[in-house]
Amino acid sequence: MIALLLRDLRLAVRAGGGFGLGLAFFLIVVTLVPFGVGPEGDVLSRIATGVLWLGALLACLLSLDRIFALDFEDGSLDLLATAPVPLEGVVSIKALAHWITTGLPLVLAAPVFGVLLHLPGPAYFWLVVSLILGTPALSVLGAFGAALTVGLKRGGLLLSLLVLPLYVPTLIFGAELVKRGASGMDTQMPLLMLAGITAATIAVVPFASAAAIRVNLR
Amino acid sequence: MTLLAVENLTVTRGGLPVLEGLSFTLAAGHALVLRGPNGIGKTTLLRTLAGLQPALTGTISIPPESMAYAAHADGLKSTLSVTENLRFWASVYGTGPIDSALDRMNLRQLAERPAMSLSAGQKRRLGLARLLVTGRPVWVLDEPTVSLDAASVALFADAVRSHLAKGGAALMATHIDLGLHEAAVLDLAPFKALPPEEGGYKGSFDEAFS
Repeated sequence: MIALLLRDLRLAVRAGGGFGLGLAFFLIVVTLVPFGVGPEGDVLSRIATGVLWLGALLACLLSLDRIFALDFEDGSLDLLATAPVPLEGVVSIKALAHWITTGLPLVLAAPVFGVLLHLPGPAYFWLVVSLILGTPALSVLGAFGAALTVGLKRGGLLLSLLVLPLYVPTLIFGAELVKRGASGMDTQMPLLMLAGITAATIAVVPFASAAAIRVNLR
Repeated sequence: MTLLAVENLTVTRGGLPVLEGLSFTLAAGHALVLRGPNGIGKTTLLRTLAGLQPALTGTISIPPESMAYAAHADGLKSTLSVTENLRFWASVYGTGPIDSALDRMNLRQLAERPAMSLSAGQKRRLGLARLLVTGRPVWVLDEPTVSLDAASVALFADAVRSHLAKGGAALMATHIDLGLHEAAVLDLAPFKALPPEEGGYKGSFDEAFS
């Protein structure tokens, strides 16, 4: 299992591995927003939370189809399915590798990019908290979408359509948490909901993803 | 000792049976070569045995955790080096050093090269070295000698021979003669499933949801 995680991380940072792609995309989205809505600080700071969360979501989406497609193409997925590791574990590890290479950099970069959008002071802390709690769910749900579409030619677009609706609860409670935290309101409810959604996702979805892969390999 | 026993097996591709009534056993120290024209269902049979797809009828008995499957594709990561690829599979299967596999498949000189710079035959040799590091007794091989030259085929035949001598077994689909005297040949043509209009299986079998 550890070997699989290390292999996936190593592949991500080697040439063509796509590490940093999501981060660069996130940066571009965030810098484009002031061009679109104008540079007024009060407008930007009001929409900053939503933009940052949406940007993180879309950046996450960008690298999802690589989770299983490459392993499917070169035959490793067949071999992993016959190897002495449970497919549920393979799915979870690959989602974890995706989070480390995509979600974690977004969490770390978001406060920096927040400056570009006049994010109000108290929101920085809650932005990082909400992204740390929310992005693992994005990777696990994304791995499920990738498992459903593995083996399909040009499955990437279908993958986005399948996965984005599943991201809605995470987005709602993630953005709500930052909004409440920034304005000094009670944050317990969105915090618990966000953490709960992520925990439930991690607990349940890998089984569905493994089942989808088994069906797709037949 | 019987390592693999197949009884009355019917395998399907695309919802239709391709081979039916197949029974054979494979004992330790023996190899079985599957023969048959293209499309007869060799790959389907091997994938079914490997557990990648369900069988319509019949039983497959094999001790747990004893099979290593090698498909048409070698499952190599092109940006990883030969050693990195092999080490990965060795740790997935929980086996130890990879040096003897490197030597056995004559990959020592290529050890630090990334897999993408290997030729087709060298990649195949790396794919076969992966089998050696699995440490599994039953090899299920789909066209193991594709893109290998005569010298590499001989290397592979030696590897199979020493695997058999150590109490392993091998089941392979191949069109060429490996020069393995201990290998029995199973011709699949007599087991070809009849089409529905000639009295074959008429139901519909959904591989995805069985």
